[in-house]
Amino acid sequence: MLSQHSILQVENIATRFRTQEGLVHAVNGISFELKKGELLGVVGESGAGKSVTMMSLLKLLPMPPAEIVSGKATFDGQDLLKLDLEKLRKIRGGKIGFIFQDPMTSLNPVLTIGYQLTEPMREHLGLSRKNARIRAIELLDLVGIPMAKSRINDFPHQFSGGMRQRVMIAIALACDPQILIADEPTTALDVTIQAQILEIVKRLREELGMAIIWITHDLGVVAGMADRVAVMYGGYIVEEAPVNELYAKPKHPYTQDLLKTLPNLEGKRAERLESIKGQPPSLYQVPRSCPFAPRCNRVLERCKHENPVLTSRNNNHKVACWWNPDSALDS
Amino acid sequence: MMEGTNNTLLKVDGLVKHFPITRGIFRRQVGTVKAVDGISFEIKGRETLGLVGESGCGKSTTGRVILQLLEATSGKVFFKDHELTAISRADLRKQRPQMQMIFQDPQDSLNPRMTVGSIISEPMLEHQRLKKKQRQERVEQLLNSVGLDPNVTNRYPHEFSGGQRQRIGIARALSLSPDFIICDEPIAALDVSIQAQVINLLEDLQEEFGLTYLFISHDLSMIRHIANRVAVMYLGRIVELASSQELYSRPVHPYTKALLSAVPLHDPVLEKKRKRTILTGDVPSPADPPSGCHFSTRCPVAEENCFKIAPEWREISSGHNVACHLV
Repeated sequence: MLSQHSILQVENIATRFRTQEGLVHAVNGISFELKKGELLGVVGESGAGKSVTMMSLLKLLPMPPAEIVSGKATFDGQDLLKLDLEKLRKIRGGKIGFIFQDPMTSLNPVLTIGYQLTEPMREHLGLSRKNARIRAIELLDLVGIPMAKSRINDFPHQFSGGMRQRVMIAIALACDPQILIADEPTTALDVTIQAQILEIVKRLREELGMAIIWITHDLGVVAGMADRVAVMYGGYIVEEAPVNELYAKPKHPYTQDLLKTLPNLEGKRAERLESIKGQPPSLYQVPRSCPFAPRCNRVLERCKHENPVLTSRNNNHKVACWWNPDSALDS
Repeated sequence: MMEGTNNTLLKVDGLVKHFPITRGIFRRQVGTVKAVDGISFEIKGRETLGLVGESGCGKSTTGRVILQLLEATSGKVFFKDHELTAISRADLRKQRPQMQMIFQDPQDSLNPRMTVGSIISEPMLEHQRLKKKQRQERVEQLLNSVGLDPNVTNRYPHEFSGGQRQRIGIARALSLSPDFIICDEPIAALDVSIQAQVINLLEDLQEEFGLTYLFISHDLSMIRHIANRVAVMYLGRIVELASSQELYSRPVHPYTKALLSAVPLHDPVLEKKRKRTILTGDVPSPADPPSGCHFSTRCPVAEENCFKIAPEWREISSGHNVACHLV
């Protein structure tokens, strides 16, 4: 069921990669919903499946080796995963915009910024060359590029890292997307530049009102930006909750431990950092148990045989864990 | 003999490193990149000095010049009783075992064709005369110290995860029992859940072997955790240096303040209440730094003087140094 406020409904998406070393189970059945105008933060460490999930939605992965095994993604009354390439192309960069981590490798070095900005508008919105150019200058202004009019014919290498990421944001916004997927957009940037970009995104959200999926490994960035947060581990969403709830009352042992490992910038300085023992899971194995079980210090016998599903506990707080100190049944 | 207190292990005095920019077939010099532009500080025995700054500010170059991996343009580096910038290569080589480095990327800093055993024992072959058996024992002992299974000596770096590879890099740095280790962004390439493991290991080893660290990082929260004193660098110069406690609770330089306010806190309630100083513009190129104070072009409170005269490096309270006209 698609609720009224929902703009994107993802159900049970699973993606694998066929490699020489074996089958990589990158995403193992993920479901989530994105509401209109909300910012959903997706956090997790490398290999958790954050990017693969989002790229699967628009089939942005090379197939093969990637293979979308199952899933449904309802957007605009249609299943994105069933669309042919022709129709998908209309949506990519149109109704759904993308920003990638590294602005240097995602901009074409031999084309001007102006060309890269106007191309999607002419393609998706059918604007004339002249009108597209006018809009391109507006967009560069919007993302805070000084003297946009004179910089539109510059090439990517003439911009700094922070400026390039602004250009990427402008390109993603070019066709008035309903959803913006931002994949670690500030990870390659310095903190003072990151602060500038975050400020721009906050402002644009208020002005334009699109829904955003923000992928990051930085729990600090998500805390200040997101309305709701999904925590991923080993190809699963292990916890999902409104942002204040998640940071104040994390319920999954992984989220709890992860928040404890971070050193504070303010307040009391910990004598010693808490650490999570062991390594992130190998994705070569067919997932049967809870992916966090080998590193979990609250592990139960059941965790080693059965994989818990993401279930709602209260106030939209969903957790995939057998350990539940709040429930009378488990005690 | 080196000046300063008895406990000083390393002293850097007016260190400068300029790289020439050359052009054309005659490699005519057309400019200089002022990577490190006159910095001075001391590190006491058994302490950790944190060196923070954004990319391109010269923090890694500083580390390399201290270890004489790059030749200083001018300025002096003293280590114990030796002036490293003045001694002969042969004498420098005798000092090398005491100063080691841990690199950022454990993938790139370990030779993929060497076994873990030979990676860790290579410095011993180079600097010590040990029998094969003694070397083997030492390797196993080191692997134990860094929390790896001593039986992995015949395996290759690619068989290990990022965190484990960083442990191998640490074991190599420890192999000659150094006094001083420069850690150059040792956790930047690691996942959050692994970072704490490596930091705890570095702290344990410091305790166990009485090590002194220069800890280079852009991660302000981690620096606060590990460092006793912190130096903040901007465009080749140190703008503020104080004890960790003092710097994080009472930062005085406008850049330090802005830098601290830019770090996102992992608490949504605090984060929404916070007042941010957002710096405008980008870091200028070190090939063409602003005249006067290097921070003047982005400084929210800069006055006329700041654009003309470089601020003096002075002590404003015990152990708290700053370079700013307005403090």
